[in-house]
Amino acid sequence: MRLDEQTRGDFPILSRIVNGHPLVYLDSAASSQKPRSVIEAMARYYERSHANVHRSIHTLGEEATELYEAARDRVQRFVNAAARDEIVFTRGTTDGIGIVAEAVGRTLSPGDEILVTELEHHSNLIPWQVAARERGVKVRAVPLVGDGLLDLDALDALLGPRTRVVAFAHVSNVLGTITPVADIVARARRVGALTLVDGAQAVPHMPVDISALGCDFYVFSGHKMFGPTGIGVLYGRRSVLERLEPARGGSEMIKEVWVDRATWNDLPWRFEPGTPPIAEAVGLDAAIEYLEKLGMERVREHTHDLAVQAATQLAAIPGVRVFGPRHERGAVVAFSVEGLHPHDVAAALDAEGIAVRAGHHCAQPLMRWCGVVGTSRASFSVFNSPEDVALLAHAVADLHRAFT
Amino acid sequence: MSATTRPALYGDVIRERWRRPRFRGELSGATVSAEDVNPLCGDRVRMQLSLDDGHVRAARFTGDSCAICTASADVVAELVEGRERGAAATLQASDVLGVLQADIRPTRMRCVTLPLTVLAKALA
Repeated sequence: MRLDEQTRGDFPILSRIVNGHPLVYLDSAASSQKPRSVIEAMARYYERSHANVHRSIHTLGEEATELYEAARDRVQRFVNAAARDEIVFTRGTTDGIGIVAEAVGRTLSPGDEILVTELEHHSNLIPWQVAARERGVKVRAVPLVGDGLLDLDALDALLGPRTRVVAFAHVSNVLGTITPVADIVARARRVGALTLVDGAQAVPHMPVDISALGCDFYVFSGHKMFGPTGIGVLYGRRSVLERLEPARGGSEMIKEVWVDRATWNDLPWRFEPGTPPIAEAVGLDAAIEYLEKLGMERVREHTHDLAVQAATQLAAIPGVRVFGPRHERGAVVAFSVEGLHPHDVAAALDAEGIAVRAGHHCAQPLMRWCGVVGTSRASFSVFNSPEDVALLAHAVADLHRAFT
Repeated sequence: MSATTRPALYGDVIRERWRRPRFRGELSGATVSAEDVNPLCGDRVRMQLSLDDGHVRAARFTGDSCAICTASADVVAELVEGRERGAAATLQASDVLGVLQADIRPTRMRCVTLPLTVLAKALA
């Protein structure tokens, strides 16, 4: 059975009628829909087990703590981190990058350099710009070549003794480019730079083995992988996390406190100040369980096939330009339609019940490289079908009618 | 999905103003100008005005923008021409919507108001 046939019934929202048409949801890269098992796990948690975690010496508190920490164990196994204390729960990818940029930022000196790339989401640019401004550090970017691949020769030329951090996406949220993470990490390590990988578009769609990638930090969001909003994961190599001062303080992250000083809790809680997103961790646990049952290799194959089909069918339409690598790509396809603004394209598709993203996709430097203000973007999930791709292509081919 | 039954996405006024804007272009002799972007989509509108004797004598706009934003900019330029400066500055989104004869969803209201923001900057 095809993966979409197997999974479609698991997502209650897909029965919605939008503007008179059955919903065709092609915006999972912005935020995925939720399977029933995730919604029910969170409801069950709130109905039966909710309490604050870690210091509640009562039955509900113990249950909540067990559920919260069990989610951490599942995340660790899912991405193959070496140890559970390397998994820090955050509010999302942006938050995870912020935590690292603030903590690592404090160790930087004027003249140091942070290396990003031209295809980054703003979330992997702004935290570094803020850190750089505070510390007198320079942010430099690896340029793109061809149809949107990182220029690795330029990377080598940019890497040097002043490079302290290399921060880059695993999968571009616009072009779908899959970056050679292990290779980049190895090059960065030669100059002693830390590496942070933005995995927001990778973890939902392909098997990710952090131990094999070898990076120092890896961040991703729950809500793009069938989990709830408000939770994300920051993987940090233990030896690196141990020597970083936490930049954010509060309860949970301390061992002993005096009015003017404190000692820090053990990892990973040192980086989790305040009451954490407990129900969201329960939901993320259920989301990963769902993905594990499907099998990530199967998820990758299905969503990749749909993206390649969409890229091929859209590129065949006169006046349509498709961005990004043609074959080796993540589950997103950005495109533009000659003479039509991306927002107008999205509005016209929405009138047919087809949900796509439009605009700069929080990647304005990349938009400049592409030479456009914005694009429309279709992204694919397990429940999408080849019929969804055909509906999209048909609607795009017919777009000009909506405007005449 | 029959194309023949598909209703037009936007109303007649928006489509006409977007396809054939009357006030798009550079204004020679402009005395003030301003530009702003919509952070949601990256759209950019630049507005040029020629002010004379406390009145807006002429207005033109340029930029990269969607159909709604382009139509709004065209209407804004038309509505301010000839107005006394203070009256031009009080132009509201409802004035523009009245001309556009359109029901704009909340998610697209920024497309309507960007040209008004630019106008306010130019007149400030």
